[in-house]
Amino acid sequence: MSDAPTGIKRWLFTTNHKDIGTMYLWFAFTMLFVGGAMAMVIRAELFEPGMQVVNPNFFNMMTTLHGLIMVFGAIMPAMVGFANWQVPLMIGAPDMALPRMNNWSFWILPFAATLLVAPMFIGGDFMAGQGPAFGWTFYEPLSGQYDKLAFFIFAVHLLGFSSIMGSINIIATILNMRAPGMTLMKMPLFVWTWLITAFLLIAVMPVLAGAVTMMLTDKYFGTSFFDAAGGGDPVLFQHVFWFFGHPEVYIMILPAFGIVSQIIPTFARKPLFGYASMVYATAAIAFLSFIVWAHHMFTVGMPAAGELYFMYATVMIAVPTAVKVFNWTATMWKGSMTFEVPMLWAISFVFLFTIGGFTGLMLGVVPVDFQYHDTYFVVAHFHYVLVTGALFAIIGGVYYWMPKWTGNMFDIRLAKWHFWVSNISVNILFFPQHFLGLAGMPRRIPDYALQFAEFNQISSIGAFIFGGTQLLFLYIIIKCIKGGDKVSSEVWEDAKGLEWEMPSPAPYHTHVTPPTIK
Amino acid sequence: MSASHITKKLSALLGLLLVPGIALADYKLNLEPGVTAIGSDIYDLHQLVMWICTVAGILVFSVMIYSLINHRKSKGAVAAQFHESATVEVIWTVLPLIVLVAIAVPATKTLLEIEDSTKSDVTIQVTGWQWKWQYNYRDEDLSFFSNLSESSNEARQLGADKSLLAKADNYLLDVDKAIVVPVNKKVRLLITSNDVLHAWWVPAFAVKRDAIPGYINESHFTATKTGIYRGQCAELCGKDHGFMPIVVKVVAQDEYNAWIKDEKAAIAAAAGDSNKTFTQAELMTKGESVYKANCAACHQANGTGGGPFPALVGSPVATTGSIEDHLKLIIAGKGIMPGFGPQLSDADIAAVTTYERNAWGNNTGDTVQPAAAKTAR
Repeated sequence: MSDAPTGIKRWLFTTNHKDIGTMYLWFAFTMLFVGGAMAMVIRAELFEPGMQVVNPNFFNMMTTLHGLIMVFGAIMPAMVGFANWQVPLMIGAPDMALPRMNNWSFWILPFAATLLVAPMFIGGDFMAGQGPAFGWTFYEPLSGQYDKLAFFIFAVHLLGFSSIMGSINIIATILNMRAPGMTLMKMPLFVWTWLITAFLLIAVMPVLAGAVTMMLTDKYFGTSFFDAAGGGDPVLFQHVFWFFGHPEVYIMILPAFGIVSQIIPTFARKPLFGYASMVYATAAIAFLSFIVWAHHMFTVGMPAAGELYFMYATVMIAVPTAVKVFNWTATMWKGSMTFEVPMLWAISFVFLFTIGGFTGLMLGVVPVDFQYHDTYFVVAHFHYVLVTGALFAIIGGVYYWMPKWTGNMFDIRLAKWHFWVSNISVNILFFPQHFLGLAGMPRRIPDYALQFAEFNQISSIGAFIFGGTQLLFLYIIIKCIKGGDKVSSEVWEDAKGLEWEMPSPAPYHTHVTPPTIK
Repeated sequence: MSASHITKKLSALLGLLLVPGIALADYKLNLEPGVTAIGSDIYDLHQLVMWICTVAGILVFSVMIYSLINHRKSKGAVAAQFHESATVEVIWTVLPLIVLVAIAVPATKTLLEIEDSTKSDVTIQVTGWQWKWQYNYRDEDLSFFSNLSESSNEARQLGADKSLLAKADNYLLDVDKAIVVPVNKKVRLLITSNDVLHAWWVPAFAVKRDAIPGYINESHFTATKTGIYRGQCAELCGKDHGFMPIVVKVVAQDEYNAWIKDEKAAIAAAAGDSNKTFTQAELMTKGESVYKANCAACHQANGTGGGPFPALVGSPVATTGSIEDHLKLIIAGKGIMPGFGPQLSDADIAAVTTYERNAWGNNTGDTVQPAAAKTAR
């Protein structure tokens, strides 16, 4: 590419899937630190009883923005970054199907993120907490009380545009641009999980857009969709939100399943056990995700029949999820395993995600959910699935493919430190939160009764270590980009898949002529 | 050995592993059965599901750990190449299904008990407000608000002196006025909200139900032991979500009857206050306590406000503006400030208006009487 623009123009105008994937990943990483810094504020305030660091409104703003930024800014863009880099490489395509739209779907993101956090800085008093402070679920009517709601609504709309365009692109690429002979059932599992995820996104992002548009007209144009005083229904908001929100959690975890399903067979030196059942289980989870949304709202006072239905449907998800865990275990069984850094993260994912899955099953049982609902037990649950689940898979994926992207091996000794310190501290951080929830500590409170002090302190200590350790990750990545031991095209011993047939680092244009599929 | 014994032992072991040398009494690890039959059923169900998950986890993790130890290349393991088995896959799809049914049966039974609020003895309407609870005894014509206790409220201010935490009785879990219910009687709750979502939760009764504007949710409990039970709002409701606790006193029936009688007598006595004339000193004293309970959360105890909440010190409303406008603002509210008309008596409104016009150097010298508040309504 001698005529390619260089400098800032290369990144602004690029239509190259690798450049765009890189930008997605860096954006996600930046947001991880922004959202992570907010988590540090939360844990600092909760370090001991009493209010020491921020006022309650600022605290609520931190929990709100931490959630929104981690979901929409860190996890989702990171997964799209992987899709951009890996899907064309893995299916033998030269690029994404719609490269210009690809550029646009990325470049919307920084503006959306800016709109989201900008209100924090409006007005003189930063410490008063001028940003959104109504929880990442932005339940009406509380969110309707917020005086700068329009910022939030337009940020969500932009995020939706970006996600929908990204998904259309991924679907178009996978369905149209596979190399000859790459039949659907030969696709790597990561590609399959992203295909299904992209359909989920297209189905639910418009629902989210509908929810925030109704908020907009309620707030500024005198409608009453969610206002009981005008004949509207505050519970309708929750139904609409969770009809988006539940598939959303699978949007974050399905690509993680895909990454782990690539890593484990490589280092077990054995094909993925039950490939077909993995595909069906992914599709089954995606389908079930549309019919279980009200399990997030068991306490709103649904009729008993509704609660029973949502309980039965919810616990059903345990079946395909269990199948996945069994398949990963069976893949390792009688393999010839080695424990390179990506494998360590994948194994940790299987263990810790399973813990999050178990607590998910517990939460699905309605009568006990009445005790767990909106407590730290829920906080512990979703951090086990999203941090030690989605985020750990992302970190594992970075270690797995980074040598391919850069041509250099990362500093293995430091990466092992990163792994062990992260894994110990993340459990110190989140495991005690189960106990706090069961002992009766509600979530989203800036201060707590004295009996919760000890476990909160332990949790905060874990949080500071876990947060700090991610700076090491940043250092490892920068070091790897700058140099390191050169790797072969295969990178990992006997790794299978089209991406490992490309040279390392992967050239700017790959699969210019379609590869042959055996 | 019963499940709860095992839990206690495991918990103790885990606690010791985490922080050696600290008394375990401070580390509460599990749900408690509480003081209702339903709470106890829920506790049993929780134990059942938790142990099923624990056993399943141990089984799966054992297989994985065995494999991680034995099937490694450094031990000379050669990779087998099997990658599917219809039999195995059918078995491990059906097994979890059977376990799920075993959970669903008792869960359904308990849920149907929870949803049966009929044949109640006492009915209390619970209304959530930002940020307090209102209780209305439907059969007794008795209604009052329940705020965070003053000692907790002082201790929870940003940068407050640390010694206040220990001094506050049941920090953040104490109120100025608790609700009282009779023991062994079915208490039906009608839960609603005046503004945003809240949720009324008392763990010992295993009751958690959202308070939603425009809806009346039903729940119920039958406490089998007298005592004081505490809970909190469980649904994010804005700034002071963490500071609207719930306290329920469960007492013997005759004690309950006596309490109802006393409360009604107090209400009758207070009703006369609307027509009384008070001295400025009386109004200032009463006004300060009304202010602390209702206004200080936003406008701060020293009247300086902060963020979206304006300062009252030297504000035109509380100094140069007319008394009538000041009263109307308090009664009807404005923007994010709720109207306090429905919450406060004429005497309370008059007192707090007097207080705001004279405290913190506002020194207008005005005295506002209940009659003026009555007119302003």
